[in-house]
Amino acid sequence: MSEHTLHFKPTEGFRTRSKAVVDNPVLRQSFRGAMDFLMSKRAAQFPDDEELQSLRSLGEAIRQYNLAKLPDLLLQLESQLTANGIQVHWAETPDEANTIILGICQRHSAKLMVKGKSMVSEEIELNHAAEAAGIGALESDMGEYIVQLAGEKPSHIIMPAIHKTKEEIARLFADKVDGVDYTDNVDALIQIGRNVLREKFQEAAIGLSGVNFAVAETGTLCLVENEGNGRMCTTVPPIHIAITGIEKIVEKLEHVPPLLSLLTRSATGQNISTYFNMISSPRKPGEKDGPEEVHLVLLDNGRSQAYADEQLRKTLQCIRCGACMNHCPVYTRIGGHAYGTTYPGPIGKIVSPHMLGLEATASMATASSLCGACGEVCPVKIPIPELLMRLREEAFSEPHAKPAMRGQGAGYSPLISAIWRAWATVYRSPALYRLVSWLGSRFGGLLPSRQGAWTSVRVPLRPAPKRLRDMLKERG
Amino acid sequence: MSARDRILAKLRQNAPSTANALPDVATWFATHRPVESMTDKAKRFHHVIELAHAEVHAVNADTWTGKLHEVLKARGIEKLLVAEGTPHGDAALDDLPPRGIDCSVYDMAIEAWQSELFDDTPASLTAARAAIAETGTLILWPDALEPRLMSLVPPVHVVLLDASNIHNTFYEAMTAESWSSGLPTNALLISGPSKTADIQQTLAYGAHGPKELIVLMLGVPEGAAQ
Repeated sequence: MSEHTLHFKPTEGFRTRSKAVVDNPVLRQSFRGAMDFLMSKRAAQFPDDEELQSLRSLGEAIRQYNLAKLPDLLLQLESQLTANGIQVHWAETPDEANTIILGICQRHSAKLMVKGKSMVSEEIELNHAAEAAGIGALESDMGEYIVQLAGEKPSHIIMPAIHKTKEEIARLFADKVDGVDYTDNVDALIQIGRNVLREKFQEAAIGLSGVNFAVAETGTLCLVENEGNGRMCTTVPPIHIAITGIEKIVEKLEHVPPLLSLLTRSATGQNISTYFNMISSPRKPGEKDGPEEVHLVLLDNGRSQAYADEQLRKTLQCIRCGACMNHCPVYTRIGGHAYGTTYPGPIGKIVSPHMLGLEATASMATASSLCGACGEVCPVKIPIPELLMRLREEAFSEPHAKPAMRGQGAGYSPLISAIWRAWATVYRSPALYRLVSWLGSRFGGLLPSRQGAWTSVRVPLRPAPKRLRDMLKERG
Repeated sequence: MSARDRILAKLRQNAPSTANALPDVATWFATHRPVESMTDKAKRFHHVIELAHAEVHAVNADTWTGKLHEVLKARGIEKLLVAEGTPHGDAALDDLPPRGIDCSVYDMAIEAWQSELFDDTPASLTAARAAIAETGTLILWPDALEPRLMSLVPPVHVVLLDASNIHNTFYEAMTAESWSSGLPTNALLISGPSKTADIQQTLAYGAHGPKELIVLMLGVPEGAAQ
């Protein structure tokens, strides 16, 4: 586990990592194949466009209604959960969240924590913090188990091991799991994982999970999954700790069915997941299984910054289905690891700057052709392309006194800004435009033949020797 | 100031001043989902859950333990975990042992017999509280008599469902049964055996939970059996 140090990588290495994937035909094929598969599965779930569009509008309305009441709903959730016997904790930062979780582990002298799939636990890098504290943290979702064995991070928020071929997984299991011979039979590989992890569910003192929806009126934590590992983690160990971002809350139970339908159909093209697990309390007197203690950790980590701005607040509507990355031409070509952030793809580009600051993420929003596919498929109608434009402006405009975001202006370059200002001046004045275009047509040949990144894959830019206006004049 | 107070203060400072209208979930379902007869719901439930790899058998009150016996024998299973004190658990306890199926019961807290449940319990029988036709989903509310792990740990899970309890949608189920006025420790929707597609998008059943899900449907209306 520890030969790799897996931390958020600032976007400086973004180009290099992207290039490495683009040059790797096996990875290209893994992502292309997986994205085509997920896109066609989703499309098959929405044969009726009117149904899809009206359900998206309902999903958007539900998310916006609940976000508008977020502080009240958090309090309602807290008091309802507390009344149900679930302990609620609040964390502003990843460090605070790790301290809370590891504190609970230490109070129970826990040696092992089994984890259901939780992107928020990836966001706070819980596995490293646990390891540093001498507590084992074992991923139990098959995809997460595979990437953990490989010492990697998930490359997709729904299908973490999407970048790996079955042959690679077969070699990994043969190398890393005791007593396992090489097999690339998928059923056999899954049975190997099942057998290893069934032992661990029984051994672990702590089960950790994420949350898909937290229902305020009933004090209920809802979990969506297919494998059953989420149910194992939340039922077998004596302590269950759930962690969620503060935005994943709905006031009413009736808000859940439309969001659940949008989530599973958009994510994996399933009409529903195999399990929908709704947890409202720890084991009650007389009940014979389930954890004795249930905890919920509510994490901010930059979400309150997004919340403060009317436009950026829409980022928090996200239900983490991953459809935006499945349909993204950039994600499909560079994969999830190139971004260097926990959340890759279009959603990663709009959410990561709030978590990590624009200093580390300034160029993320530029990795987009603004084709609009992400906004079109988003089940809760987040205007992702608009938000990408906004983030470009936040990152590259001159730093000012009242920034809406941490790191505003981090990508600001006085030279580039001066060039754009000059460009604007020239294009606003017909006389200047005539002069500059005349100069270009006469002296364009003096431009260098190497023009930075542009000429790495393209011929150099040169103004035409004759301007359009000259050619029109010649024709009379 | 605690983290809680700081987070709430930040949110309050910037919360929108006007509330949004309550989303009209009821109207969306009324206009986008059909109201179906019991026969049609049973038919649709059967079809959809079979697509998710579950096995469905129509049974009646007199024959269901016979079908259960047949299903277990076909798999070479000779031991079944049942919920003593429930009508279906007691019926199985009466009918199956004389026919060569050993019935064990969940009469102690899990800590006392966890390894037996994991290592020596090939199948279980539970009831479903209700079901959902649209998604082919069983609804289970585990309780003290029929605990949570019964529907998760044994590799074969047999579920007894009364076809008159099939709702059209999840929304209809939760409103008809007034779930918002109180939920149990754990409420579950189950829509097939456990599965994963995490290795190269290849679907494999029996990931961490049951490898097989078998539904015995009671009181199937005429014409709904397929």
